[in-house]
Amino acid sequence: MELNVFILFMAAIFTSNILLTNFLGMCSYLSVSRQIESSLGLGFAVFFVMTCTTALNYVVYYFVLVPLDIVYLQYIIFIIVIAAFVQLIEMVIERLSPVLYYSLGIFLPLITVNCAILGVSLFMVIRNYSFIQSVTFGAGSGIGWLLAILALAGIRQKVNDTFVPAGLRGAGLSLIITGIMALGFIGFSGIAVIQ
Amino acid sequence: MTVGIVAGIGGFFALLLIIAESKLMNYGECTITINDKKKITEKGGSSLLTTLNNNKIFLSSACGGRGSCGFCKCKILKGGGPLLPTELPFLDEREKKDMVRLACQVKVKEDISIEIPEDIFAIQEFAGKVTSIKDMTYDIKELTIELTMPKEIEFKAGQYVQFVAPRYEKSRQSVTRAYSISSNPDHIKFIELIVRKVPDGLCTTYIHDYLKEGDTVNFTGPFGDFLIQDTHKDMIFIAGGSGKAPIKSMLEYLKAHKSKRKMTYLFGARTEKDLYHVELMKKLEDDLEHFEFVPILSKPDEGSKWSGKTGYIMPFLKEFIGKPENTEAYLCGSPGMIDAVIKELHNLKISEEQIFFDPFS
Repeated sequence: MELNVFILFMAAIFTSNILLTNFLGMCSYLSVSRQIESSLGLGFAVFFVMTCTTALNYVVYYFVLVPLDIVYLQYIIFIIVIAAFVQLIEMVIERLSPVLYYSLGIFLPLITVNCAILGVSLFMVIRNYSFIQSVTFGAGSGIGWLLAILALAGIRQKVNDTFVPAGLRGAGLSLIITGIMALGFIGFSGIAVIQ
Repeated sequence: MTVGIVAGIGGFFALLLIIAESKLMNYGECTITINDKKKITEKGGSSLLTTLNNNKIFLSSACGGRGSCGFCKCKILKGGGPLLPTELPFLDEREKKDMVRLACQVKVKEDISIEIPEDIFAIQEFAGKVTSIKDMTYDIKELTIELTMPKEIEFKAGQYVQFVAPRYEKSRQSVTRAYSISSNPDHIKFIELIVRKVPDGLCTTYIHDYLKEGDTVNFTGPFGDFLIQDTHKDMIFIAGGSGKAPIKSMLEYLKAHKSKRKMTYLFGARTEKDLYHVELMKKLEDDLEHFEFVPILSKPDEGSKWSGKTGYIMPFLKEFIGKPENTEAYLCGSPGMIDAVIKELHNLKISEEQIFFDPFS
């Protein structure tokens, strides 16, 4: 049965959240979640790049790699596509909106090496999604990632006002919070399964 | 076959980026109007600071245009785009209203109209010959640079120059760093600089390990508004390490002009090995009617014969401040040290208007 794109979209955000179920994109998630403003900037950048690169990689995979029978090169080609796209977008944003460039553009180089971006493109291939499904999955995963980092940033800002044992400060407590958040998101798992 | 395909795809994207860069990053010729008088036409795309430097107009910049010192302020009357988040930490509300911007953060992408102080036009590029390099301590050297082109410099005590370290073994590009002039401004044919070696510092490593007597060096200046105030108030100088440079320049100037002001110099150091120019300071004590040099060591070597003051500077401040309303404080050092001293001076009732400082950037 064809997977409904709405269900796929909601599942990518909640039940199969790329970060809280696959634990992809953890490094930038942990390092840029100290403040809500910066996590929002990075989250939007991830959402935008994830949506666009999934579409681009779909085209490259099915129209270049499959016909040439070189699908084993998908990892390296996907990374090249992501890196080139991010560079291009950085230039476009710098040209069109300096303010947006300084609030969002600084995160773009971080995203080039974000494994969640590559992960979404690889899932798209593994799960045999159509083009529409792929873009929907990319956008949903981006929103899911944004939701997760925003939640962590909010919790971390609250935690700043409380006493935390020295050994747990920083990454330690963030990982525990992430684990609890992941458990919370398991509550959505009966709604839809896309694995 | 595989290599060819990967190279082909990679090449395609590289070509795409090159084309995008040539189209997107090309801003054409832009005109910068300065003080409604002077006009500069340059290819757009560089920062305003770099564009002005290319045209021999040198705005002050201690960090070399990285947006970390906040010195390169100028008014932008037209163009320049919106205020950027990177500028906000360096601008107060009044400056934001007056359209003050950091020239190193503003990119020239269109015609721009700016306003800068007239005396900036007096700032020049200098070339000079290093006539002496003296070891002051294990990590501080004093350079004497005789000017060759132009042969004379006019500066005020407390000002600094931007020294240019060329490309060398440890730096693939030329770097510029700010150092205070430590000589008396009455000497216009040479300048002295006091430079402390910063671990892995590109410019200080060049000066300490590569620069030799007889070498030609380049610098730009003079810059800065850390100057002796024209009053009769008591002066308290607080600086350690290479922060002594502008203070030495001020003291020598005040000596030459037979100042009768009451002056105290608190020099904070760690051990006796960090003390230098002590004899010079003693001589200044003899020559100046009301000057006292007070070295304070925080950790004198065990078994040393140190009989001077021991500890940190803060607790001793009160001892040397007579009437706070009649005292001016002159500080030079790291931003952290300056912030801490200013806080203590406020506690001692010295007002903001009577505190002058030159932070290392």
